[in-house]
Formats: sequence, structure tokens, C-alpha cells
Amino acid sequence: MQREYLHQLPGQSLKASNSSFLARFHLDTPLLLNLLVLASFGLFVLYSATNGSYDAVATQATRVGIGFTVLLILAQIPPRVFRFWAPALYSFALVLLLLVLLVGTQKKGAQRWLTIPGLAQFQPAELAKVAVPAMVAWYFHERQLPARLRDVCLALVITCTPAAFIALQPDLGTALLVAISGLIVLFMAGLSWRLIALTITTTAIAAPLAYFFAMHDYQRRRVDTFFNPEADPLGAGWNIIQSKTAIGSGGLSGKGWFNGTQSRLDFLPESSTDFIFAVLGEELGFLGFSILIALYLGIVLRCLLISYQAQDNFARLLSAALGLTFFVYVVVNIGMVTGLLPVVGVPLPLVSYGGTSIITLLAGFGILMSIKTHRKMHIHSS
Amino acid sequence: MSQQQLTIKTPSVARLWFVLGVLGVMLLLLAFRAFDLHVLQHEFLANQGEKRNLRSEPLAAHRGVIYDRTGSPLAVSTPVTTLWGNPSELVEHRQEWQRLRHNKVVSEAKIADMVRGRENKKFVYLARGLAPLQAQSVLAEGVPGIYSRTEYRRYYPAGEVTSHVIGFTNIDDQGQEGLELALNDSLKGVEGRRKYVRDNRNRVIQGIEVDKEARPGTDVTLSIDLRLQYIAYRELLAAVKKSKAAGGSVVVLDAHTGEILAMVNQPSFNPNNREGVQVGALRNRAVTDMFEPGSTIKPLTIAAAMEEGLLKASSTVDTTPGTLKVANKLIRDARNYGVIDIPTILAKSSNVATTKVALIMDDQALPAFMRRFGFGATTGVAFPGEAKGSLPYRQHWREIERATLSYGYGVSVTALQLARAYGVLANNGNLLPATLIKQEQPLVGEQIIDAEHANDMVRMLEGVVNEGTASRARVPGYRIAGKTGTVRKLTNGSYEEDKYLAMFAGIAPAENPRIVTVVVVDEPKEGGYYGGLVAAPVFAHIMSGVLPMLNIEPHAPEPIYASSEVSAQGGQL
Repeated sequence: MQREYLHQLPGQSLKASNSSFLARFHLDTPLLLNLLVLASFGLFVLYSATNGSYDAVATQATRVGIGFTVLLILAQIPPRVFRFWAPALYSFALVLLLLVLLVGTQKKGAQRWLTIPGLAQFQPAELAKVAVPAMVAWYFHERQLPARLRDVCLALVITCTPAAFIALQPDLGTALLVAISGLIVLFMAGLSWRLIALTITTTAIAAPLAYFFAMHDYQRRRVDTFFNPEADPLGAGWNIIQSKTAIGSGGLSGKGWFNGTQSRLDFLPESSTDFIFAVLGEELGFLGFSILIALYLGIVLRCLLISYQAQDNFARLLSAALGLTFFVYVVVNIGMVTGLLPVVGVPLPLVSYGGTSIITLLAGFGILMSIKTHRKMHIHSS
Repeated sequence: MSQQQLTIKTPSVARLWFVLGVLGVMLLLLAFRAFDLHVLQHEFLANQGEKRNLRSEPLAAHRGVIYDRTGSPLAVSTPVTTLWGNPSELVEHRQEWQRLRHNKVVSEAKIADMVRGRENKKFVYLARGLAPLQAQSVLAEGVPGIYSRTEYRRYYPAGEVTSHVIGFTNIDDQGQEGLELALNDSLKGVEGRRKYVRDNRNRVIQGIEVDKEARPGTDVTLSIDLRLQYIAYRELLAAVKKSKAAGGSVVVLDAHTGEILAMVNQPSFNPNNREGVQVGALRNRAVTDMFEPGSTIKPLTIAAAMEEGLLKASSTVDTTPGTLKVANKLIRDARNYGVIDIPTILAKSSNVATTKVALIMDDQALPAFMRRFGFGATTGVAFPGEAKGSLPYRQHWREIERATLSYGYGVSVTALQLARAYGVLANNGNLLPATLIKQEQPLVGEQIIDAEHANDMVRMLEGVVNEGTASRARVPGYRIAGKTGTVRKLTNGSYEEDKYLAMFAGIAPAENPRIVTVVVVDEPKEGGYYGGLVAAPVFAHIMSGVLPMLNIEPHAPEPIYASSEVSAQGGQL
């Protein structure tokens, strides 16, 4: 049943890494190409979504550039270094999250930002998106797998503490995503199916309770809006109705770049950030959607392959978690914009306007490249 | 760590497959949803979208021109520019308003004023009906949120001379009064539409394309002759001023066609600038105001008796002693005329004789006869606010009621109705509908009295002018027929002591009757109040201008009676 990846470490991948020029810089060619195409595609869509704002695209391009630089740097660092620093990173993230709650900057009614004097503002929650899976992966690295109950409980504590801090900001969406990133590691670490079933049952019971007793008004409104956007078409339901209208009017092949009317003429709020998919949907149609999904799928599959080929538990778990979390972002964002899921503030990875998310994501891919390119060459004897 | 450990700790391939499975399901879900929106719901959603950003705005149609019968324009539309603002867009560019600080058309202050309290609105008028150059001075500053639109504004070249007949339009180019209102549907044309794409703040984004061209309204040619209208207006105004009257009306009618050639009233107003106009000045009194016709109705009483066969042109009536008691009421003449013939009844305007003539008829005969002349009914002119007048229906007309009816009390008419009734006499007994629209073919009339009787009446009425109360209605070189009238004004059911209505109804030329003109002067205060004194001269002045203008040949000059003194004193009521 259980097989070791290492057995399959094939000679050809050895060859491939030797022959690739980029591999010398610890870069994975398919993943890098995929990311570059996606980021360019994102800028292309953004240019239209911002109504042809050269400044916005330049700013975003700079961020993408910074992101790729971070990626390049992180790729040079061997995975064991990440493993070594994981607890420290995690603790650092926890401290920052606590600081946010104490001295954070408010924006739009939520306290999510930390201002470093003289420097930019950033969201520590973004750091948690990498730190949490790294910490859980670190935790399971030297432990027996499939995980025992005690380890599962501890992993849950590791996952849920920062998630709870984030939920308190309040930012339920990001909290859930951070929790999911930890849970993915847990799942890949061999969480027993009985426990999974138990969790799902508990959630099903807890969700309505949370709705009535634990949620903020704005969160409850989002849930209400999700179930019936037409109830308040000019208020809370506006975003969803507008984005659906925009996407639907795109049709099979779209209205053409810069020809979207719904998404561009101020009808669609947040059209360059969280709701940028609606712009793409309207202007590039189902075709554009398919291209985008293909790019995302290519990235995730590559991540899973890297995970499959990784040499230790930490690397395997972390790379799988980063890849899958990335895909969860995609699903949650597109699901939200198309009205399949409630509105949570999740940007469309590498396409939405905004800096922190892009840099975090590319940093994650830097770690993945490091995992891919720093394998020890085992010659298997049996 | 050892290789053994790794083998144990590895996540199972099953987990990986599971993850791939979940991934696949999610992808399918997303793909299906995208397909659902993009393809299955495409039409509905695309339509929804267009509803939001495709707007259309009306294209003003050119309103039909109103001409007089000779082709002079009486109402024309000129394109003007209207400036409107989008407050929600304007408030975002407050600092740019100052470019209009010294603009006289739309100033910075005005914008602030118009926008205040409407910050979320998308449309507000800033200035309407501007000359294109004025509007350009604002648009040139390029303040975001100020837009223009072409509208039409009405101009009335003849101003107050035709204002009552033509009426006017409101700022939205819709008829409000007069023919502008009555003919609004054909004058206004059909608005066109043009489409444009707008954003959520109502800013026009791109591509204005004409969806449907505006269809201009239909031009109208009136029966009015502007030259006659000017003369009538001038003479009425002069008379009203001279006698310090409260008002007055003149109707000039072509008795052969039913066309109204001129229709003027005092007081009038300037339709091009109606600021401060009294409401009373807006009335087309010739059509909307009723009055008791008094002695002008007497010819009809005589004609009725002739139609009944009870009276011949050669009959005589004894009026001695100049008074007649009917049901405790004393009807009197100015003096005792003795035994007089029919023409003299009219020439002297004898109330006693007229009453005697009325009383020999059946009690319903006279009212029924007058009804045939169109009293108590509309004239067919289809003018807004037209009064029907009043001629009551009674089970039994008592003697006193018939008596007063015979000399024009107890019945109310409009000046137009009176002119139309005289038109019957001038048109061989044929009643035509009255019209303000030029007719290519004469309107179809109805023979309501014997042609011979009608001609007799005209001849007798010529006597009134030549020998009776209407000497001041004479027009040198022309034969005129007509009848004066003077009534006390009826206010709230009782007669006023010293308020009169002076009137004259005349026909010209008498030998070949064609033009009927009615003059009514309301409350003359100076220079007498008799119809023969106040209204008849107005008629004469108008006719001396009008008849040559209509190429009506003068009659072979006849010696005019030197003594015009017979006149006014002799005529009574």
C-alpha cells in the first residue's frame, strides 16, 4: 500500500536537472515558466481592469519582480534550513499576529495591518500562510506516520492558534485559509479517516451555531448574501450580482480585451483586486477562464509532483500543502466571484492587484523550487 | 534519519490520489459554474448587463411650424442648447468648478446651488434653452459632469398680435394654450432616440449612436391672415385704450368658407416672454368668454318669424306707446316709434316691436330657431377652453322669457358664435362650422334658413348702417350691413349699474356678402358705451383696411348720408 517515493527517483529526472540551465540556479523550469506566464497573464488582465492604468500595472509588475527575486533567493536555500527555521518563523508570525491585535492599523473596519515605521504596511496573516504549514510539517517531520491522536491534537493547536488570532482581527476568510493550510499537512501526514469524518460532522453541527453565536454582523451578512444575493441587490448582494452579470455577458469567447462594460464602468466594485476574475470572465469569456485554470492546474500538478519526489517528510508535506493551499485560493476566489461560495476577501493568486499576497505566494514557490532542486542523489541498490 | 523511517512515514499514494480526486471535483465544479454563467445564462446576464449600462436619451423632434394663410410664420422652432449636470460626477471635481467662476450662464455658485442636496442624483438641469454660443462658453471649460443636449424653443414672430390664437408651449416644447395645445399631437412630431454607454455614475463613456431619427412635426397653415390680424389688433387696441375699456375681442370670419381670418383680443400678452403676465390676458376671449348678445340678436328674432311664415318684409308693427307690459315687466323703447315696418324695427332697434314679433310665435319656436344657429353648442373650431354659451332648454318658455330672449337677454354667446350666426345670413342661410385651419375646399354647411330670408336680413341690416343705429360702421366705398348691441354686464346673476358691453356685428360687402366681423368692447368707460358709438367705429376702421386687402371691389360710389347724427342716441339696447 505504502510506497516510498525514493524508489522511483528515476535516472531521467537526474538527467533533467543536470541538463537544465535553470536548474543550476536551483530553479524548476516548468514551474517557473508556468508562474511567469501566469503573472504576465495577470498583468495583462489587470491593465484592462484598471482601465488602462500604466501606473497600476507598473506597481504590480514591480511587486511581481520583487516576488520572483524572493523566489530566486529562497530557491538557493536548502530545505533543511527552512526546516530548522520553521519554529522560529512560526513564533515570529504568532508574535506579529498578536501585535496586530494590539497595535494594528485599521482599514475598512478590520485591524489587519501592521505599520513598520518608515516602511510599508503589511499583513502578518500573509506570513502565517507559509509559517503554519511549515510548522506543522516540521512537527511531523520526525514523528511516526500516520499521525497518532496526540500529535494530531498538537498539530491542531499549532494550526488553530494563529487562525484564531486572524479570526479576531476579524478576517474569517484568511483565518479559514490558514487553518486549511495546516489541515492539509495534517491530512497528508495520514490523518485517520475516522477523525476526518468526525471533524466534518462536527463542522456541520458547529457551522450553524457559529452563524448564530460567534459571527460578526458583517460575516453573517455575507453568508446571508451568499444564500440569497437578490434579497438586497443594491447593498450586500451587489457585488455578486454584478460579477455574475459581468461573467455571463462575456459568453464563450468574451467581449474582447478592454471591451468589458460591466466590470469596467464602475458597476463592479473591487474589479482590480478580489473581483478581477469577473473582468477576465467578461472580456475573455469561457476561453479566458479555461486558459487561467489550465495555468493554475499546471502549477498545482507540478507542486504535487515535487511533493511526490521530495526526500523527507518535511519537504513532502510542506510542498504538498503550499501547492494545495494555492489551489484552494483559486477555488475560493473563483467560487466567490461566480457565486458558488460566500464572499471572503481572498485575492485571485498572482492576478489580483495587491502586493503582500503575491510576494508570499512566490516565496512559497521559492521553497518548492528549493525542495525540488536540493535532492540528495540516492543510488538505490535494491 | 534512516531510509527505513522514511518508508514508514511517507504519505500514502492513496492520499495523493484522493487529493487529486478532490482537485478534479473542484475543477469540474468551477468549470461547470463558469460554463453555466458564460454559456447557459449568457443571454440573460448579457441582457441584464445592457440594462445597466446602455442608456438611451430622447432626440428632440423639430416642432411643426405654424403659418398664416399667406405663408408667414406665426410659430417657429429654433434649436437651443440645454446644459445639464450629473451631480454625483460633479461633486468629485469640485475644484474644477472655479473655472466657471466668472461665467454668466452657469456660474460656480449656480453649480453649487444645483448640486446641493442632490449629491447622489445623476441628472439636474443647469440652464435650459441657451443660444449655442452661450452654451459653448460653459462647455469649453470642460468641467467634468456638465453635458449638453439640443432642444427646440418656440418663437412667435407676430408676438402679441397672434398670441391668443397660437397659444404657447412650455419649456418641454409641449403645447400649453391655444392651437399649440389643440394641435400638439400633430405639431410635436415623434421623438427619436439615441443610445450611449454609461458607467455606474451615469457618465457617458462612449459611442453615442442614433437609434431612431426624430420625425419632425407637421406644419400647419392657419386660416388666419396675418395682415388682417394686424389691422384688427391695432384697431381694437386703439379703441380699448381710447374708451379705457377692460378688454375686447374682434373676430373676422369668411362667411363662405367658415374660415376665421382674424381673431384678436385685449388685453393680450407677449408669448415670447410671458414673465409677469396676468392670467386674464392669456384668455382667447373671443372663444372662451360668454356674454348676452343683446340687440345683435334681433335680426334672428325677425328671421325666425319670417321662417315661420308669420312675418313678411312688408309687415308693420305698432309700437305705440313705446312701452309694452309683459308679466309685470315694462319693456321700453328709446321713444315712441309708432307704427313701423320690419327694416325700421332693426334700424331703430325697437325692443317693443321685437317682443311683439317674438310673442306671435309658439313658445318653443324662437329658442329652437336660435339653437339652429349654433347657440349653446361648440362652433367646430376645437379651441381649448371654448365656451358653448348658454341657451337653456325649458319645458315652457314664459312670455317674459321669450320677450327678453327676443332682444338678446337670457342667452349667452361667444363672439365667435355670434360671428358664425351672422355668417348664416351672409352665406344664403347656410351654417358652416368655424375653423382656424386654412381649408382647400369650403366646409360643408347646412341650410338652416331660406336663402331669400337670409338675403332679406342682410338688406335690412344694411339699412341699420345707412339709416339706423350703426352709422359709424360705414366704410367709404363699400356697402355694409350690421347691427349694434349694448348690454349691461351680468355679474353673479345680477346686472351691473354702470358696466356695459358694446358690440357690433357686421357683414361686408352687403351686395355680395362675404366677410362677417364681430367687435366686442368690454366695459368702455369714456366716450360713451353704446355699441354704435364704441364698437361700430372699430368695425369701420378694420373693414376699410381689410376689404381692399382682400381685393373686394368697392361698390359704385354712392352719396353717403351726411347726417351721421341719427346714430347712437337712436339705438337702444
